[in-house]
Amino acid sequence: MLPKLKLSGLEAVTITEASNFVNIGERTNVTGSARFLKLIKEDKYEEALEVALDQVRGGAQVIDVNMDEGMLDAKAAMVKFLNLMAAEPEIAKIPVMIDSSKWEVIEAGLKCLQGKGIVNSISLKSGEEDFIRQAKLVKRYGAAVVVMAFDEQGQADTYERRIRICERAYHILVRDVRFNPADIIFDPNIFPVATGIEEHRNYALDFFKATAWIRKNLPHAHVSGGVSNVSFSFRGNQKVREAMHAAFLYHGIQHGMDMGIVNPTMLEVYDEIEPELLKRVEDVLLNRRDDATERLLEYAESVKGSVKKKETDEAWRNGTVEERLTHALVKGIIDFIDLDTEEARQKYGRPLHVIEGPLMAGMNVVGDLFGAGKMFLPQVVKSARVMKKSVAYLTPFLEEERRNNNTQKNHQAAKILLATVKGDVHDIGKNIVGVVLACNNYDVIDLGVMVPAEKIIEAAKREKVDVIGLSGLITPSLDEMVHVAKELEREQLNIPLLIGGATTSRLHTAVKIDPAYSGAVVHVLDASRSVPVASELISKETSKQITTRVKGEYAVLRKEHESKQTAKSFISIGEARKNAGSVTQRVQPKQVGRFDFLNFPLETLRAYIDWTPFFQTWMLAGRYPGILQDAVVGTEAKKLFDDANRFLDDIIKHKKLTANGVVSILPAKKVQDDVKVYQNHVESTFHFLRQQNKKVQGQPNFCLADFIAEENDYVGMFAVTAGMGLEELVAQYKTQHDDYAEIMVKALADRLAEAFAECLHEKVRKEIWGYATDEKLSNEELIEEKYKGIRPAPGYPACPDHTEKALLFELLQAEKIGIHLTESFAMYPAAAVSGFYFANPESRYFGLGKIDKDQVEDYAKRKGWTIAETEKWLSPNLGYQH
Amino acid sequence: MLNPTPKGVQISEASFCALWCKSIGKRSMKPPLEQLIQNRILVLDGAMGTMIQRYSLSENDFRGDRFVNHPCLLKGNNDLLCLTRPDIIETIHRQYLEAGSDIIETNTFSGTTIAQADYQLESIVYELNVEAARIAKKAVDDFTKQNPDKPRYVAGAIGPTNKTASLSPDVNNPGYRAITFDELVMAYKQQAKGLMDGGADALLVETIFDTLNAKAALFAIETLYEEEGRSLPIMVSGTITDASGRTLSGQTTEAFMISLSHVPLLSIGLNCALGAKQLRPYLQVMDENTEFFVSAYPNAGLPNAFGHYDQTPEQMAAEIEEYLKDGIVNIIGGCCGSTPDHIRAIAHVAQRYQPRKRKTEHVA
Repeated sequence: MLPKLKLSGLEAVTITEASNFVNIGERTNVTGSARFLKLIKEDKYEEALEVALDQVRGGAQVIDVNMDEGMLDAKAAMVKFLNLMAAEPEIAKIPVMIDSSKWEVIEAGLKCLQGKGIVNSISLKSGEEDFIRQAKLVKRYGAAVVVMAFDEQGQADTYERRIRICERAYHILVRDVRFNPADIIFDPNIFPVATGIEEHRNYALDFFKATAWIRKNLPHAHVSGGVSNVSFSFRGNQKVREAMHAAFLYHGIQHGMDMGIVNPTMLEVYDEIEPELLKRVEDVLLNRRDDATERLLEYAESVKGSVKKKETDEAWRNGTVEERLTHALVKGIIDFIDLDTEEARQKYGRPLHVIEGPLMAGMNVVGDLFGAGKMFLPQVVKSARVMKKSVAYLTPFLEEERRNNNTQKNHQAAKILLATVKGDVHDIGKNIVGVVLACNNYDVIDLGVMVPAEKIIEAAKREKVDVIGLSGLITPSLDEMVHVAKELEREQLNIPLLIGGATTSRLHTAVKIDPAYSGAVVHVLDASRSVPVASELISKETSKQITTRVKGEYAVLRKEHESKQTAKSFISIGEARKNAGSVTQRVQPKQVGRFDFLNFPLETLRAYIDWTPFFQTWMLAGRYPGILQDAVVGTEAKKLFDDANRFLDDIIKHKKLTANGVVSILPAKKVQDDVKVYQNHVESTFHFLRQQNKKVQGQPNFCLADFIAEENDYVGMFAVTAGMGLEELVAQYKTQHDDYAEIMVKALADRLAEAFAECLHEKVRKEIWGYATDEKLSNEELIEEKYKGIRPAPGYPACPDHTEKALLFELLQAEKIGIHLTESFAMYPAAAVSGFYFANPESRYFGLGKIDKDQVEDYAKRKGWTIAETEKWLSPNLGYQH
Repeated sequence: MLNPTPKGVQISEASFCALWCKSIGKRSMKPPLEQLIQNRILVLDGAMGTMIQRYSLSENDFRGDRFVNHPCLLKGNNDLLCLTRPDIIETIHRQYLEAGSDIIETNTFSGTTIAQADYQLESIVYELNVEAARIAKKAVDDFTKQNPDKPRYVAGAIGPTNKTASLSPDVNNPGYRAITFDELVMAYKQQAKGLMDGGADALLVETIFDTLNAKAALFAIETLYEEEGRSLPIMVSGTITDASGRTLSGQTTEAFMISLSHVPLLSIGLNCALGAKQLRPYLQVMDENTEFFVSAYPNAGLPNAFGHYDQTPEQMAAEIEEYLKDGIVNIIGGCCGSTPDHIRAIAHVAQRYQPRKRKTEHVA
């Protein structure tokens, strides 16, 4: 076996004669890529990772990372970027080249690589001693090394100096350091050519000759170089540059260059370079004519700015009316729909035939594409908008026909009733399910939000619906769903029930809802799952099967759940309290009292938006901003994002939404698991719950009360909304049958409310409470909760009891700024956030988890509730059978 | 490094031992591991934890007299038994030597300040490693004395620690690291020094989940050797966590090997997580791609639903015999669930086979 250069990321790379040429991706280099530098400077590491990913997908076999820029902390940036790359398996699979002129940056980078990478570079620049010390360390860290042709006298720029320096370095490495010769890569310096300077004419040729000499005389060593340097004189002329790179590589490889730093996504194929251009490029590289530089410049002038023009493709307008309708539906193009619908109406004679014929056929194509994962939700919603507009155009004709014939044709489509249950106002998810079902030819009856059981039952009977779908987002809605199921049972309706929404789960459905109802009950994970389930439930052939099957599955789940329950081990609430945390340092607020923020500028909030959940709402999986470049959903995510920003521009410009907020900071003290708060000398009490699971040594059993001191402390509260005006906006879109716009503005209002909470919390930390005056966090860092202090919300993991909102709202006088609570303690408008502020340094987010009966009894006493009431409100957190 | 005969000279084990003893006199009675491994398959020991469990020790056993007032629970800190119940650790070592182990591992899987921080025992780490090596050395010396034809060795075990240098423990913060390379180097260096000072014959960096941790261990060991002016053979053993064929930190077997081959190792191999049968394809990759000797100490099969290992000594030995038939290993032993009976069965099979032939790379 001959020694080979072996490298590794998550996977192995072995460089052999057969490898021909190794592409080293160069775009993750702040000195070579303005875009990458900007991303790193602006701390947009997620997007910077996309650059790396592009390089891998473009064919890079090794990835070069360089952070050497005056304004950057190169060492910190190198470590951060390498650590983030390590977490992306598609990038991490290939080896890394750590590229820096500073040894400390190289060393910091080496400490992050689990694989065998390459150091780029070391040299004899500062003498042999430094060179040997660095080479020894490179070896000990387990990396290969690029050695630059550079010595005490400077960078080698002739053939002779190149080979002498490389020879000297090689012998030091192999003899003195005992470096594996296969792990040595020489960079004999690629310099720009065609610069007009006489001495530069031989640069490329000397590089090629030195390469050949090294490969022949320094056994097992490799040759590499930064290729884009060669075309430096032609910056801005991509065509000439790519041709120069391709031709340079061609000749370099012929001479034995076996690695190179290139942009693998921007490489012309040698054989495809225009013959005239190739000739002129090679004249320069090989120094074949005296006027080579002038001739290439001449050519470069002539190709400048010859960019192909894009034509808007309107060819689809030439198709048949059926083809045009399908195209419009699939692409969501609304511009010609009235025209085409009219044409179809004339062709088909009756409006109903248009709906049942070409429109339905088009929607079936949409449904199939969606089912196959080739279309995504935002596109489907746009399709539905086109469909609705077409149907709206036909409606007057339908009514006229009905009047004339005086006959009412039986509706064929199955009916599905949808409702957000009583006490809950969240409906984005439900609306999406409605659109998806409608696209699949179901007749959807949407009763809206806060719908009581009796109204659901009355509508179900009147409309003779085939399926009822219940939705809810907050935890009390779970109980309401059980209530609806019980009512359906009492009425003996036997209509299948679909359960969905963020807090619902398969387990809750199995344990709580299913036993209450003898009809079918099915939990659906998301909108796309609702279609097959609905169709199975409705079809006469399969409905019995699915009912039996799901009932069986749920019975098994219940059994498993029961057996798990008995295995849970809790400590008593008394013991848990003994293991409480405590405050060591109180943070005195700069200002105390109540602060209003009315009509808060939306433009400010925009910068605080966390976009990732927005894409989740639209069922596009992935984190922002990476999702915009995602291979599968990227295009659609980008379109959706652009649309969202257009909507936001409009909302902000025309003040279509109003954001109001209120903050209050009040004196407080901890009394066991409660927090006493004082407003105008009146005492009120917040009740919190404590973790009761067994903890490892040193881990306290957390309770929010522990973050407040027993004397002379403060607690903060807040409520914000960005939903004022939303109702009018939604009503307007409803009349326009525009589901897309409706879902869009609701989702944006939600995001703005969350952004408001983030922004206000920052204001509190920096100004009002004022304990983090020098805090400087980017939006990404805010989203990652890097700030000091916390803002937990009632109904969420740290304090799951929604009823605590009652006191919170009273103390904040939140109704004054326009936020109300429903009977289930949901906030209305739905685009609202409320919670507490804890500022003491011990404060941290945690999840309560399951609690035991002793704490429930204790809590009931504190709240003045019965055990049954307590169990109802805390049902998701009960760790025992009840 | 001790290197008494020119490289590549092959002589029989018995005659070699005799020569060696004569040449060295009474100072030492055994040849270096690097020599012995060329002549036969060496047998490692089996699980330590499985054997300790049999004693059903209480909190008081772990505390001993010395740690009666220690502020946190110590039960489960198996390494601490080297100080508080050395009698048990020595007995287990002797049982494995009795069963035929050529090399036994010190009871120091968690013997770093990083792992001992869980028990607030960072301060005793050096002492713990010295003692662990001494206990093992005492047992090994007795057995070697009784039968100089079968010399025994102590491998100082260096575990993975409970923190990973190339993975973030926080899914929402992928760039975060709970431990740095420098912290690992410091901790590993201290452990390696303790093991060396206590008399270990080799160092074994084992159960490698995250190759960057192992690179830090090797960095520490090489730095230590340089400072001490002496060295011991180094063995490394990685862990392929499941059928994906990758380490926990995501590397393929081959990438794992490449990442650690910058150090002149005595052996590279795999242990834990899988049974002998499941480990085989990855061992083959090792056999084909390394110039070092190859080791394997799999678990006693895969755990059953209760997390117990039910493979019998005969079953395990039969699966391991498949390696031996193909000549793909030089060192063989057992990990989780294996006992002295398993090792006895494995040693019995191993003596019937020739060791794997090492593939050497020619360096110019």
